[in-house]
Amino acid sequence: MKNKINRNIPDEIMREQGYTGFDSVEFGNPDIQRVAPKVTATTGNSKVVASLAEVIEKTLHNGMTISFHHHFREGDYVFNQVMRLIIDNGYQNLTLAPSSLTNVMNDIVVEAIDKGVVTNITSSGMRGSLGDAVSHGALANPVIFRSHGNRARAIETGAIKIDVAFLGVPNADEMGNANGMDGKAAFGSLGYALMDAQYADKVVLITDSIKPYPNTPASIKQTQVDYVVEIDAVGNPDKIGSGATRFTKDPKELKIAKTVNDVIINSPYFKDGFSFQTGSGGAALAVTRFLRQAMLDKHIKASFALGGITKPTIDLLEEGLVAKVMDVQDFDKGAAESMHLNKNQQEIDASWYADPANKGAMVDKLDVAILSALELDTKFNVNVMSGSDGVIRGAIGGHQDAATAKLTIISAPLVRGRIATIVNDVTTVVTPGDSVDVVVTEVGIAINPKRQDLMTALRDLPGVPVYTIEELQQMAVQKVGTAKPLEFTDKVVALIEYRDGSLIDVIHEVKD
Amino acid sequence: MEIKKSALAGTLESSDVQILLSPATDGITIDLQSDVKKQFGDQIEETIKKVLLSYKIENVHVKVVDKGALDMVIKARTITAVQRALDIVDEPQWEVL
Repeated sequence: MKNKINRNIPDEIMREQGYTGFDSVEFGNPDIQRVAPKVTATTGNSKVVASLAEVIEKTLHNGMTISFHHHFREGDYVFNQVMRLIIDNGYQNLTLAPSSLTNVMNDIVVEAIDKGVVTNITSSGMRGSLGDAVSHGALANPVIFRSHGNRARAIETGAIKIDVAFLGVPNADEMGNANGMDGKAAFGSLGYALMDAQYADKVVLITDSIKPYPNTPASIKQTQVDYVVEIDAVGNPDKIGSGATRFTKDPKELKIAKTVNDVIINSPYFKDGFSFQTGSGGAALAVTRFLRQAMLDKHIKASFALGGITKPTIDLLEEGLVAKVMDVQDFDKGAAESMHLNKNQQEIDASWYADPANKGAMVDKLDVAILSALELDTKFNVNVMSGSDGVIRGAIGGHQDAATAKLTIISAPLVRGRIATIVNDVTTVVTPGDSVDVVVTEVGIAINPKRQDLMTALRDLPGVPVYTIEELQQMAVQKVGTAKPLEFTDKVVALIEYRDGSLIDVIHEVKD
Repeated sequence: MEIKKSALAGTLESSDVQILLSPATDGITIDLQSDVKKQFGDQIEETIKKVLLSYKIENVHVKVVDKGALDMVIKARTITAVQRALDIVDEPQWEVL
């Protein structure tokens, strides 16, 4: 069938996996039954287990679903150690359900797939050798990609039932009280892992620093934890976050950032108490700096900044320009380190952050979201998942979730090298055009025709030409020429869920 | 025209292309490396062949390492490589340009 945005979803996938096609960005007010984990009661004996091998033997069986978080990002030591033991002990048919997969995890997942250890994957994204393997049909079952908010929803409703969660933490006591903000491998917010701690049947904490009992502040609580294992090192501090994030000098990125800033401060949302979310890209960081100046000039303060947090956002908090930082993950050291110093830097879990199926998520209150795109089409649909060669190389992250903001701005260059960013039809739809309001490129902006109010507000800004999205697409083609369409086979290698759990698109195996 | 010696033009920076021409006897052969080969491989080869044709070169081996160059860059780098290979850098063929 074709779903609401004209994407072809094979009928057998809809039928076999019980999916409905994407229909609307409105979630409505349904009643939802949540699931609860199975709890093995204990009365305070130490939960410390001597080795990872022992805890895997105690908890894991063939066919189970295991999970990890990706807060250590490229400095993760936990994932590889646990997966090595799982592979070497010959486990089979596991479902891998991490919050996301970073590059350091690629090779061992490819090995686990080759050996039949992992037969299903759900994740926010993947890239590198793993994305390449999956795009070339390495898995019999399609990977399911979910946004951070949707993962929280799927865990709460039981669509993802985690049997064992292996959660690395930079500190924990012998009962499992732990946080992400102290220790050698501190990464700040434990946002995504808090879902696993709350809903997995067995929760294993893996740490390199056992603290005296009781260890506070406790983001993960002893009431949730079954076992604690001490290993030599859980992560490489130098690779967990980028160091000091540098301000871009790229004139194209600066032009885009300045235009994004012009759009924000001339929109009806730029008033005292507004809220915003920016990503971690070069242009997004530059926006934060321009926005700071505009806030100072106009005496406007923000009520909160949301999402993945960077040092420039913490600077705004410390300067008093932002009242609260609602922090689901920290992208750099500065943001991670400030968490236990700033009481207004609130750790939030993925559900609180972005889940549509709860009693109110932070993204529902979000005024302005600045997001990026690999590709964007004339229907304003955004692709952040498949590369220009059709191969999986990205992550949904919070893209679909934050795009429900009142003003969603996609910032993207018209072309990257010889690849057009603005096209007739994106290879893969991740975020539907219905939730996108303004597109900002280096040559000018395009406004979603359904937002005539923004058209009125932004039509006459000096230095910000307004084009139709079709005009931007034409400009891109004139620069780079018409690309030959990518070739795919009939085999579906990945499903893209929308944040409500419906199917918005599928990814096919690439033909080489 | 006959290619007398190997010649190189361009760099491996992003959005550039490096063109290496070498003498050959069996027509025009093109060895193309490019991240955008799937989408633009045919167009890149066509642009290079057009330039070679305008210099009436019939036998040459072309090694192309493309870093996402736009068409005019590919054309300019090919012309430069040809002028160098033909030893005519001091006498540009204006009608070709």
